[in-house]
Amino acid sequence: MLTIISRIFHYGFANFWRNGWPSAATVAIMVLALSMFAGLIFFNAITDQAIDSVQDKIDISVYFKTNTSEDQILNVKRSLESLSEVKRVEYVSTDEALARFKERHREDELITQAVDELTVNPFEASLDIKAVHPNQYASIAEYLAAPNLSQYFDKVTYFENQVVIDRLVGMINNVNRGGFILTVILALVAGLVVFNTIGLAIYSSREEIGIMRAVGASNALVRGPFMVEGVIAGVLAAILSVILAAPAAYFTSGYFEVLIPGFDLFEYFYTHLLSIFLYQLLFGVGIGMLSSFMAVRRYLRN
Amino acid sequence: MIAFQNVYKIYNSHSTALEDVNLRINPGEFVSLVGRSGAGKSTLVKLLIGEERPSRGRIFFGQYEVNKLGDNELPGLRRHIGIVFQDFRLLPNKTAYENVAFALEVAGRPQREIAELVPQVLDMVGLSDKMGNFPHELSGGEKQRVAIARAMVHRPEVIIADEPTGNLDPFHSWEIINLLQKINQLGTTLILATHEKDIVNSLDKRVVTLDRGRVMRDEENGKYILI
Repeated sequence: MLTIISRIFHYGFANFWRNGWPSAATVAIMVLALSMFAGLIFFNAITDQAIDSVQDKIDISVYFKTNTSEDQILNVKRSLESLSEVKRVEYVSTDEALARFKERHREDELITQAVDELTVNPFEASLDIKAVHPNQYASIAEYLAAPNLSQYFDKVTYFENQVVIDRLVGMINNVNRGGFILTVILALVAGLVVFNTIGLAIYSSREEIGIMRAVGASNALVRGPFMVEGVIAGVLAAILSVILAAPAAYFTSGYFEVLIPGFDLFEYFYTHLLSIFLYQLLFGVGIGMLSSFMAVRRYLRN
Repeated sequence: MIAFQNVYKIYNSHSTALEDVNLRINPGEFVSLVGRSGAGKSTLVKLLIGEERPSRGRIFFGQYEVNKLGDNELPGLRRHIGIVFQDFRLLPNKTAYENVAFALEVAGRPQREIAELVPQVLDMVGLSDKMGNFPHELSGGEKQRVAIARAMVHRPEVIIADEPTGNLDPFHSWEIINLLQKINQLGTTLILATHEKDIVNSLDKRVVTLDRGRVMRDEENGKYILI
């Protein structure tokens, strides 16, 4: 058994090397397919980042009536924090709100003067609430609508921004769904292209398969070397596609940073290098082995 | 011992390749299967190595009933047979040495034995200086000698040569026939399917004549006679 396995590997390596151009062509096609796969990984990272930055901008602010005590506000804060849908709650006191306003309009003398002349702080204390997921704002708003809480509120921004929030949530869901479908379709196309390339290479070896079988080679010994060749092509293609992806990520990084501030594609590539390479390896080796297995099968009858 | 019992091979109602073939070949015999193209020689060979299955009848090879063997059992049968084809059928990516070694490797023979046997057999067919050459670097006669070396290296009980001289000039044809005779003298059963009259007549061995799928004549020390 060990002898047969070592021979399968030996034949696989020898055939891959001696086939020369056909092997190189298979690797080249696989590199293209895997590059597309890498592109999909990047695409998903970019859309995730874009969605995150949009999600980050959605929140609900609750403004308290001026007669509400800080204790009551903090009670509401605590009760909100106990909800599983809530990611974080930020308390902005009346003083803090005033300070933020002043800071924001520091350059505008007229407003600064007007504010300075005020004897009473006109700003209301507020809670800024962030949900774990954007589609949870509706249920948080519902919770806030309970009379025991709403009695303290002057206004809740969700009801003012409901249409915009709902639209954003819809868009985010669509991008997620669309990205997933696109990934599946493109991965399928890449898989089929590789499958056909390997199928053609094995088609040209069908006589050789016949000879092996005539000489008394078992199915495993005929099929094994082709599968080893598929694995070698997959490993080489994975390495090459990652090497090619590095400059692609480096040179396009700037464009994406303009679209999504704070997102560096090359840094993403660099920090996720190992997992990207493993995905490529898994996809390359998997499709290489499976294609060879299926393509040889049709020549192993009789 | 090889036996065909009432063997039929019918492809469709218009094409019958073999019809009621009864044949028995004893160990150590040299049998020429002769007939025109399409007489059924190659079909008989394909049935014997399990490449095709008979429509009716039984085929025996030693302990095997070939017509009943499953796909997984065929490699075992084929390791008892050496086959030489008209078009040589060498593996293009393997050297002469590797092509011959392949017949031993598929049977799981150890490397040491292979390294000892292959040069001996290549020497026997006169190719000890071409061991490292690939098939495209060899002449037709040389390719056929590699094929014969591959067919005999695992010491099969039977060697089947299907039109082995069909692609060769007369000089190389005789070289191959002499080689096959030598192998037969060493005790291997030899089945030679051919339509070359001169070769068959000069062999002076058993001749089985096929015509339109039927055995027309089966003679010891026979001649090639076409009806």
